Amino acid sequence: MKGWKEIPEGGLILEAGSSMKYKTGSWRAQKPKRDEDKCIHCLVCWAYCPDGAIIVKDRKIDHIDYDYCKGCGICAKECPKEVIEMEGEK
Amino acid sequence: MKTLGLNGDNAVAYAMRQINPDVVAGYPITPQTIAIEKFSEYVADGEVDTEFVATESEHSAMSACIGASAAGGRVMTSTASAGLAFMWETLYIASSMRLPIVMNVMNRALSGPLNIHCDHADSMGARDAGWIHIFGENVQEGYDNIIQAVRIAEKARLPVMPCFDGFIVSHSVERFEALEDEQVKGFIGDYTPVYSLLDIAHPITSGPVALQDYYMEHKKQEHEALNDSLRVIKDVAKVYKKLSGRGYDTMAEYKLKDADVAIVVLGSTAGTARPAIDAARKKGIKAGLLKLRVFRPFPRDDLIKTLDHIKVIAVMDRSDSFGSFGGPVFSEIRSALYGATKAEIVDYIYGLGGRDIVVGDILKVITEAATIKKERKVKHYVQYLGVR
Repeated sequence: MKGWKEIPEGGLILEAGSSMKYKTGSWRAQKPKRDEDKCIHCLVCWAYCPDGAIIVKDRKIDHIDYDYCKGCGICAKECPKEVIEMEGEK
Repeated sequence: MKTLGLNGDNAVAYAMRQINPDVVAGYPITPQTIAIEKFSEYVADGEVDTEFVATESEHSAMSACIGASAAGGRVMTSTASAGLAFMWETLYIASSMRLPIVMNVMNRALSGPLNIHCDHADSMGARDAGWIHIFGENVQEGYDNIIQAVRIAEKARLPVMPCFDGFIVSHSVERFEALEDEQVKGFIGDYTPVYSLLDIAHPITSGPVALQDYYMEHKKQEHEALNDSLRVIKDVAKVYKKLSGRGYDTMAEYKLKDADVAIVVLGSTAGTARPAIDAARKKGIKAGLLKLRVFRPFPRDDLIKTLDHIKVIAVMDRSDSFGSFGGPVFSEIRSALYGATKAEIVDYIYGLGGRDIVVGDILKVITEAATIKKERKVKHYVQYLGVR
């Protein structure tokens, strides 16, 4: 790790988009699991996800990005078809 | 150069007008002083280009200053007493983000009991907040310090708190020499921030989180930055002397060279102490005065050099540090001199809440110091001066 002489002054971060390097998925205690067959791709979970971890391709949910999903469970709570279930992390 | 007669508050506002900062955020109501109020008149009259932000509290005033400074502006404000106390949290943010904010403090007591008069409890409470603290004795020094502070802050990339005594200096009209507007402009120069939130070609993040893994490295940087700023303060003083003819350093002496007892004071008390030194000398006491100008960073090496021949040092603290062994100036000086000299060092806590300090009081302190030297015995290391 860098020493005090090597880090920017004033606690600044001098590059854009550096939060991508911080994989917050490791915080997760519960993991959302989506039933792909029953999902109607209404995108409610995508709209609610506070971490942008619901990845959409061609207006359809492609996958959940577990590198950044913190397991908050909002997607499971808001899903109108109740097809997202929270499972304990192993 | 021109001669003016203004009180300390108006002299601060006058200096701020000459500095013409990009942003001033303030909360112009008591316990604020009239410096910000007077400056807002300059804004209203179009005499400055400053964006003036009237906030709903001192906490918000400093927060607005932090935002404006992080955005790359030259930023100033002013406060006192409870106003400074209410800025507490944000003072640390300003210094840890290395923002060169200049904030004049007119030192005033903290409640309770409710009191608005002079003592140093406000800025002494903020002594560990990572700001540079510079004390002025009178209106002239207050004016000179605030102009130097802009350059010190921007060179050291640290916030600076020039302080002077509330009411005694802030509300007393004194004659002083002001620089011409063009001279101030030339001295401070244009401000080019190293980083700015508004520089969209070089995006940065300000104020991120740093936990167990990096917090200490950031604090070590602050520690070193404060220590390094001593050199900056001295360099700026040299340039300012060329411009104004008035020299400054971390401290000033009066009849100290051949003295064997010394008193140490901050701020306006120095003016009262000089005739007390003269009176003591007439009585045969070889007394001298050390007026400390820079309290943060604490000028340890200068202090050892200046006081190494003194046998008894009486420190005068215009604030208490309750439950501690003496006031803040005493603690610092005793700690700095420990192992470096064999002087007896005693503390007098005085002038709290604006209690008058007169020549006779200081003469009493000097006389007691001379007695300690003679009898080689200290009865009380810490006492309240003039308390009933």
